[in-house]
Amino acid sequence: MTSDNTMERWGAGVIPYAEMGYWQPDYQPKDTDLLAAFRITPQAGVPPEEAGAAVAGESSTATWTVVWTDRLTAYDRYQGKCFRVDPVPGKNGEYIAYVAYDIDLFEEGSIANLTSSIIGNVFGFKALKALRLEDMRIPPHYTKTFQGPAHGTVMEREYLNKYGRPLLGATVKPKLGLSARNYGRVVYEALRGGLDFTKDDENINSQPFMRWRDRFLFCMEAVNRAQAETAEIKGHYMNVTSATMEDMYERAEFARDLGSVIVMIDLTIGYTAIQSMAKWARRNGMLLHLHRAGHSTYTRQKSHGVSFRVIAKWMRLAGVDHIHAGTVVGKLEGDPNSVAGFYDTLRLDQVPADPVKGLYFDQDWISMPGVMPVASGGIHAGQMHQLLHYLGEDVVLQFGGGTIGHPMGIAAGATANRVALEAMIKARNEGRDYLAEGEDILRAAARRSRELDVALATWGDVTFTYESTDTPDVVETPTSV
Amino acid sequence: MRITQGTFSYLPDLTDDEIAMQVQYALDHGWALSVEFTDDPHPRNHYWHMWGLPMFDLHDAAGVVYEVNECRQAYPLYYIRVNAYDASPTRQTTALSFIVNRPPDEPGFRLERQEHVDRRLRYTLHPYAADRPAGDRYPPTMPER
Repeated sequence: MTSDNTMERWGAGVIPYAEMGYWQPDYQPKDTDLLAAFRITPQAGVPPEEAGAAVAGESSTATWTVVWTDRLTAYDRYQGKCFRVDPVPGKNGEYIAYVAYDIDLFEEGSIANLTSSIIGNVFGFKALKALRLEDMRIPPHYTKTFQGPAHGTVMEREYLNKYGRPLLGATVKPKLGLSARNYGRVVYEALRGGLDFTKDDENINSQPFMRWRDRFLFCMEAVNRAQAETAEIKGHYMNVTSATMEDMYERAEFARDLGSVIVMIDLTIGYTAIQSMAKWARRNGMLLHLHRAGHSTYTRQKSHGVSFRVIAKWMRLAGVDHIHAGTVVGKLEGDPNSVAGFYDTLRLDQVPADPVKGLYFDQDWISMPGVMPVASGGIHAGQMHQLLHYLGEDVVLQFGGGTIGHPMGIAAGATANRVALEAMIKARNEGRDYLAEGEDILRAAARRSRELDVALATWGDVTFTYESTDTPDVVETPTSV
Repeated sequence: MRITQGTFSYLPDLTDDEIAMQVQYALDHGWALSVEFTDDPHPRNHYWHMWGLPMFDLHDAAGVVYEVNECRQAYPLYYIRVNAYDASPTRQTTALSFIVNRPPDEPGFRLERQEHVDRRLRYTLHPYAADRPAGDRYPPTMPER
């Protein structure tokens, strides 16, 4: 006997996704399910439930028409299930669709496989004007199949022998054109002056004006000289980004053999290459710094793409030790609440859902080590109280222009940043309201540090106050600092 | 030179009152304090001598400053640091560490370079003080060099 319902479901032709089982408002997600929150903007006339079901379908088992071969499988397990659709407050035509995916859909320990499913085909789907992956809940069962950070924040601090304060860095400028010998000079001056790290920029790889091998040799001379003058462990992020894995391994091994504590990769190398480098980094005792080159092409616009909080989550799974995650006060996009959500995602073990921070789900990292966020781009010593307030202690603060542009020289710029940082930490620990009294604290410290005094005179009033694009929905007005 | 390990080495040396405030901050977070000393300031010398065990059950900042001064009296020419340890899950590491005593003269480090193939160098950091036997590395006035 074949019921009418069965005929309707399995008859040849096209039927709505919602009627194919991809819309299940009564579904109770399992602890082992992966959950996703999508911001959907359906085309006119497409009901939001159908749009949500279509996203669930196209990111799991569905194709555009009914196929009888589904019936050879336990298809109801493999179907993505849209179980909730909420209108976005104040945004006509936008909805948040919640989709649950069975853990069987994903290969263990593979970001490539996870992303090929979740953001594979569905983002070009015609029935939607726009689609954005806002957040994901990764269940512990799946998290445990990933290596996670090669070292993590705790090991990094023990390795570097540096505690109780943010780490300091600077990106070598100008980012393009310096010869290897001149480049190493900037590294040496910045590190001896008081920074912990210097950094290759994302597009410094191996160009005609400076080949990678020469850069590595001169930078390690600089690193070692600075260590001898300070008795501190120093590092330069050697960017090993290159065309092939073979090239990257060759460069990373050379950096290791020279005694570098850290290598660097760009997000542009792709998820699989990042996971390979994370395994290499753990195997070889090297910290792994990730520059999020290219991310703004898909993270910045609120209606379409992938939120950076999802990228942050994937990168913690993939296994990097550092990732750029916003400054709040600098020159690049970064709403304070959203950035707080990224930092929580990278650093905490139990991350509670928090709509103010744009976090849609509780995320339990089950003791996977944290990633050190990196704040870089248009920040300077005069903002130290704000940086400490917004970004906390487990962070690398990177002052490129704010070190190298110091009128008294690069080492003086580095010293200014270090004095400002230590003064602010000391004041915070002494119980002072350092956010309100920040400028006083800096001025007092500057009376004993000419380097800081000059830095404050040069940049003290530089701010970047533009409205943020990517903000959580619960905040009616985009915020800036 | 001035070695700049520790959280506050770019600031003027902390007074006892300032040390007490940092200790209080640690106690307020439930971190255990400890005092350590060494005459080998190599940055990878992680294991300084322990001035007794970490003070897990001491909740009085003045008590910690007292131990700092006892240690200073016994080892006036050594580096001494105060550590605060956070034993909470997923951290379980040092949360704060700062130097509270230094030898009067810090001679610094020699950077040794060993030439190797294809322009590579092998670097070794050598504290000048380590040329003298342990326990006799920082006389009150270092000889002229």
